[in-house]
Amino acid sequence: MDVIIENLPLYWEGFLRTLFLSVVSGIFALILGTLLAAARVSPVAALRGFSTVYVEVLRNTPLTIAFFFAAVVLPRIGVKFEQFEIAAIIALSTYTAAFIAEAVRSGVNSVPVGQAEAARSIGMKFGQVLSLIILPQALRTVIPPLINILIALVKNSSVAGAFFVLELFGYGRQLANANGDAVITVLLGTAFFYLLLTVPLGILANTVERKVAIAR
Amino acid sequence: MSSVLYDVPGPKARRVSLIASIIGGVLILGLLAWVVMTLAQQGIFEARRWQIFTRADVWRLLGNGLGSTLSAAALAAVIAFPLGLLLCLLRISDAAAIRVPTRVVLEFLRGMPVVLMMLFILLGFGTSAFVAVVAGLVLYNAAVFAEIIRAGIQSLPKGQREAGLAIGLTSFKSRMLIELPQAIRRMMPSLVAQMVVLLKDTSLGYIVAYGELLRAVQVMADFLGTQYLFPIFFVAAAIYIAINISVSRLAVWIERRGSKKAAGGTAKAEPDVLEAAAP
Repeated sequence: MDVIIENLPLYWEGFLRTLFLSVVSGIFALILGTLLAAARVSPVAALRGFSTVYVEVLRNTPLTIAFFFAAVVLPRIGVKFEQFEIAAIIALSTYTAAFIAEAVRSGVNSVPVGQAEAARSIGMKFGQVLSLIILPQALRTVIPPLINILIALVKNSSVAGAFFVLELFGYGRQLANANGDAVITVLLGTAFFYLLLTVPLGILANTVERKVAIAR
Repeated sequence: MSSVLYDVPGPKARRVSLIASIIGGVLILGLLAWVVMTLAQQGIFEARRWQIFTRADVWRLLGNGLGSTLSAAALAAVIAFPLGLLLCLLRISDAAAIRVPTRVVLEFLRGMPVVLMMLFILLGFGTSAFVAVVAGLVLYNAAVFAEIIRAGIQSLPKGQREAGLAIGLTSFKSRMLIELPQAIRRMMPSLVAQMVVLLKDTSLGYIVAYGELLRAVQVMADFLGTQYLFPIFFVAAAIYIAINISVSRLAVWIERRGSKKAAGGTAKAEPDVLEAAAP
């Protein structure tokens, strides 16, 4: 226990950086993912094709490969980062965006056909149908899966710890190496901080799910 | 190709769409060309950098890495599935004294990063990297399998269990003989999708120094020189993605086939389970 209390400032710093990585990558991923989903259902074939390929490839890429690419391969071929946080954010948000795109697309498919038909029959164009009628309803039904993807994002940010970013996992590993006699305590402390983020999010997802289920 | 989201395109709309497609295509190609040009300026495409692939030992090392990846994934899947089944049975037990602790354990396992579990086992129990990778994958995926199968059982009509109990089966026998076979069949697509996640997660072994495919890339780049990093990484990533896409395709195929053959069809993953199929 003493190890955790002694190193509480480090844990806190790591926790904040994990939170920072998750929030920033989450926002980027939500924007990129929604755009990809919109491209996937658009009438323009090139956009559809691009979105399909992107989602298919990124969804089947191990996150470690994405991180390795952003943090190790990119700098070697000339893309230099001031901080490795940027590499981590690039890897996390491009990877998560693929999953968000799939979730949003399934939401778009779940909106009753009549909604789109009604919108078209009053003369709306594709952009209007999507942004004014379909997406507002679709996003609402996909909030629980989206929260689950964000939970996964928080957990995935731990991979950044292995690629030169000192967040929760990075500090946990450092402390575990420094305190060989109290490894289990140190890592349980790290796990506690992760659960501090993931468990409330999980409860939120369940609550929202129940609310949405009633509304529909 | 028609969609409810937009009118069937007329001649004018088709022309606009074609022009937009061409512009979009040119933009995407331009981006690709820019990337290729940038890479070419770094000398990535010089023949000597790719000549290493004519050497047998490079392929042997890649093969070893791939073998380690696949063996860890296979072993983890084989252990995780029965364990997940067991956890699921405990999770839906009628006795609260069994159900509630199992639920807490499952929440704990699902809420933790897999890589943290691997490190925990590696350092906490002083095991080899292989055991740490497999055990970390088993613990996490067993929890996810348990949740998937539970969702499958809950999606069954109530009458199945009631009929089982009515003909005098015990609660356990009804679960094993009536509900589980149907639930597993329904949840097959989600289970296979989770297998893809499991396979992907073996790459976390890189972080705990397990000699899997990505580690093999790193070792070769360190050994042969960093100028070979990009070619080797490129090939390894292609192998990884190709394997994962084929397993994903398998999941889609099972879903199609299942929805034709299985009585109730296969169930789409519940939103709660989507997280599992997420990363």
